Amino acid sequence: MQTQSSQTPVSDPVSLADRARFVRTETIRLIEIAGTGHYSSVFSCAEIFAALYYAVMRIDPARPDWPDRDRFLMGKGHAAVGLFPVLADLGFFPKELLDGYTRLGSPLGDHPDMTKVPGIDFSSGSIGHALSNGLGMVLGGRFHQRDFFAYVMLGDGEMQEGQVWEAALSAAHHRAGRLVAIVDRNGYQLDGAVDDIIGIEPLADKWRAFGWEVREIDGHDADAVASLLLDLRDRPADAAPVCVIAHTRKGKGVAYMETEPGWHLGYLAPDDAQRAIEEIRGESA
Amino acid sequence: MSAPLNPKSWQYRALNELNPGLDHLSAGLIDLVEQGHPVVAGSADLQYSNGLVSFARRHPDRFIQFGISEQNMVSAAAGLATAGTMPFVATFASFLALLCCEQIRMDVAYTKLPVRLIGHHTGISLGFYGTSHHATEDISTMRALAGLTVVSPADGPQLRAAIRASATWPEPIYFRISRGRDPQVYAEDVEFEFGRAITHGEGSDITIIACGTQVHPSLAAAEALRADGLSVGVIDMATIKPLDADAVRAAARSRIVLTVEEHNILGGLGSAVAEVLAETPGGARLVRHGIRDEYSLIAPPTHLYAHYGLDAAGIERIARESLA
Repeated sequence: MQTQSSQTPVSDPVSLADRARFVRTETIRLIEIAGTGHYSSVFSCAEIFAALYYAVMRIDPARPDWPDRDRFLMGKGHAAVGLFPVLADLGFFPKELLDGYTRLGSPLGDHPDMTKVPGIDFSSGSIGHALSNGLGMVLGGRFHQRDFFAYVMLGDGEMQEGQVWEAALSAAHHRAGRLVAIVDRNGYQLDGAVDDIIGIEPLADKWRAFGWEVREIDGHDADAVASLLLDLRDRPADAAPVCVIAHTRKGKGVAYMETEPGWHLGYLAPDDAQRAIEEIRGESA
Repeated sequence: MSAPLNPKSWQYRALNELNPGLDHLSAGLIDLVEQGHPVVAGSADLQYSNGLVSFARRHPDRFIQFGISEQNMVSAAAGLATAGTMPFVATFASFLALLCCEQIRMDVAYTKLPVRLIGHHTGISLGFYGTSHHATEDISTMRALAGLTVVSPADGPQLRAAIRASATWPEPIYFRISRGRDPQVYAEDVEFEFGRAITHGEGSDITIIACGTQVHPSLAAAEALRADGLSVGVIDMATIKPLDADAVRAAARSRIVLTVEEHNILGGLGSAVAEVLAETPGGARLVRHGIRDEYSLIAPPTHLYAHYGLDAAGIERIARESLA
């Protein structure tokens, strides 16, 4: 399949901030292929992807089923378009697959499919399941005396799903210290501001009340995110699970997306896509 | 006063421990553990109802109490399966197959993970506990999920055998089981093969195809009909999906095929059989017997089985009406 623009070059060594820019520009490229996609949902968590996959997680792209690997799950599966370029960059699958994103027969769709994509640890698409899936993984790891972590990225709108709180209760009760929830607190969901739709504050207090340890961080400071997540690896396996509330901006990196929640889902025509890529790369005025 | 005085007084836990009911469920899991399988069992606050309490006592390190969070339990079971365990999770069939239907679809069936789902107290076996606790749609919902195997054992020994056999079955499984008080059909050492119906005699007049709790009364009804000189076959369709289509086509040589299920006749065993018969040239006339697209009444279970004709007398009556 003909690519519509060349993949962003990644020089080495690069900073985590560079990796996050790569996530954003690749997201724009892939959505151009698909014709529609979740730009701003990826842009809010690009630094978190970068921190997890380039600094924190113990993974081996040559062995996507390695039993001791850390797991990453996406409650907000619609941000998978930003994860696929990372997995390809790390070598989980050939980069050429990205060029056929969402085309007939492609393993890569708007939501991640573990049965089709090496490196995807669990399928998602129905919001609210992932924390339970991650809990099961951690309990399974405990059963086999494996000390891996399960990182579960949750949308802030996802906090409205009841099953999240079932899993939260359960994980705290079972002292699932290897379970880390990361809430991408970008403030918006499809219909508007989370706090206008169904408010979720005080969010940190809620997680604490459910028996979790809570950390809050600027989700766009990739080095700080990585540093925090690495620090959390030193806790005992039977400690309380941890919820990291990452304060982020929906659409971060493209100015007009940061101020318009409608970019949750959209399409940038080629010239706009190019301008957005230039803005992200810091090449625009 | 520290305890009730009348010995007829009873409380739930003690009664369930005296009358373990679903003890074959735990026994099957213990068999698997002893064979070296990484079995982990989960329950949603019903370990006395489903008898998993005895498994939990035997293997506390392999039992996970999820509390009243059925959807969380199913999704966590999927996570457990990805981490190299063999998860069995149990709750009332009405909750498992309906409340958790989407978790089963997304996290278990679509992902092709070898999760074992145990829906117990199926059909109308919970009697006067009412519609919320009746499971008369679980076959239809579970059967509709691509890649999910649906099994309905006739009794405890067959359940235990099916659990043992599941160790090598690659697909996720929904076990539809009753409450453990069902009359025994099979010997304790019965074997089980997924996808293979068990034929209890062939008949040129009528073949009864039943599953689960309805196998025992169907066999009794067949005996009564045979005593009148009728040629009657009975098939225990213990695996509803994948359906043993050859067994259905063999049954189609009878004048009448009668399906019997403790389930809505829409979407259940009768529908599965109808799908095969409709594609079988010269197939037999089909009569579906079960709950006729209604929410069942409130009554003690035995009264309900009699009311809906889901006992030997009722099945015999429907068979005679079909042949008339």
